[in-house]
Amino acid sequence: MEVLLDNLDSFAIGIRNTVALSLASFAGALAIGMIIATFRVSPVPPLRAAGATYVETIRNIPPLVLIFVFFFGFPTIGIIYSPFVSAIIVLAVYTAAFVGEAIRAGVNTVARGQAEAARALGLTFPQTLGLVVMPQALRSVVPPLGNLFIALVKNTSLASTISVFELTFVSKRLITDTAQGLLIFFGTAIAYLLLTLPAGWAVGRIEKKAAFQR
Amino acid sequence: MVAPALADALGPRARRRAIAASVLATLAIAYVVFAALRRFSAAGQLEPELWTTLAEPEVMRFLATGLLNTLKTAAIALVLACLIGTTLALGRLSPSLAVRTASRAFVEFFRGFPLILLIVFGFFTLPRLGIELSRFWAVVVALTVYNGAVLGEIFRAGILSLDRGQTEAADAIGLRRGQAMRLVILPQAFRRMTPTIVSQFVTLLKDTSLAFVIGYEELLRTGQIAGEFFQNSLQSLIAVSLIYLVVNFTLSRIARRLEVRQRRRYSAGTIDVAAGPEDLVAVGLPGQGKSGKI
Repeated sequence: MEVLLDNLDSFAIGIRNTVALSLASFAGALAIGMIIATFRVSPVPPLRAAGATYVETIRNIPPLVLIFVFFFGFPTIGIIYSPFVSAIIVLAVYTAAFVGEAIRAGVNTVARGQAEAARALGLTFPQTLGLVVMPQALRSVVPPLGNLFIALVKNTSLASTISVFELTFVSKRLITDTAQGLLIFFGTAIAYLLLTLPAGWAVGRIEKKAAFQR
Repeated sequence: MVAPALADALGPRARRRAIAASVLATLAIAYVVFAALRRFSAAGQLEPELWTTLAEPEVMRFLATGLLNTLKTAAIALVLACLIGTTLALGRLSPSLAVRTASRAFVEFFRGFPLILLIVFGFFTLPRLGIELSRFWAVVVALTVYNGAVLGEIFRAGILSLDRGQTEAADAIGLRRGQAMRLVILPQAFRRMTPTIVSQFVTLLKDTSLAFVIGYEELLRTGQIAGEFFQNSLQSLIAVSLIYLVVNFTLSRIARRLEVRQRRRYSAGTIDVAAGPEDLVAVGLPGQGKSGKI
């Protein structure tokens, strides 16, 4: 038990950084994912192709490989960021592919008549999507987005490979440096659980708030 | 590519607008590609020898061993994870409360845990507890435990999705619970789960890259070693990405095709399986085969 108590400040910093990484990259992923979803449902073929290429490419490459390309490869072409910012960018880009697909699936659940009615009123595509379809679609994607957030929290552990001082980094160092691996292992498990449980609870709340009578 | 529902049958004005947007979008995409290439060439990263070293037989062979290790690890872990997943699914559906709780705890614990730490733990801590694992097995065990938990949930859903009548029929012909599972339920559930298992294989392939952290020579590791050796990290890592992309894209396609085939087979087959009295009437009518089940 002492190992956990002695390193409580390390754990606290680690947890704080894990939370910061998760929130920042999720915000980025939502923004990029929304753009990708818009591309994929737009009436403009090149944009649809671009969106599909993005999703298929990013989804099929392991996130750790993306982190390495960005952090070890890109500096040679002058793209240099700190480990922390690099991790946020890559995790946002990676998660965005899944967010985009989730939102697109949400758009497809909106009854066809909604878009047809909007078009009949003379709304343009951006208006149809932004004013009519998307607000309805986003309500139905809260649960899948919540799952993506929980997956993202676990994926922030990849940042430890480029020495971002987050929860996994702390725990990995203590596991290799001390003989108390088992204890640290369970301690970290509980910490991650405490991070993802509120997320699940929040999803339930948001879902209830977003629900509406059809 | 099929136009989505939002964009079908445009009117003349909307079509003009779409064409204009297409031209603009094409130009924008071309510009992005051009800017990226210019950035590469300005930094001297398009020099042929930086890329051609990757095509040398020795380098290719080295990367191929990495890919082989990745595939081997993922394949073995998938088979083991399917075994664990089945056990967990059966455990969660067991009549005994203790077994149900234990399976549930296993699933919840390992599903919510970052894989990278499982690998580190397996490699550094298990030996201290007297379980010596090679790098390869540390990775396989971690992947198995994690994916076993994930597949357990998927299998459980698969078993539950089978029609109740299957279990009832098995009961009616006097099969015991175990027999019913083994002879009736599981074969059908597994067949239904094939596409999911294939896409889980893609996830596993991606996850094997985490073996990097304990120095197991899978694809990412070999790519990085090659990159450091030839001073072309960027090119080597891009090559690694492309290999992953090709392998995983192919597998994802296969999974999707299987799923489409399966869905077709099931929507045609549900009638026989799930026929209630009303459905039997529907079956009797020509051309209504598919609408039998609401």
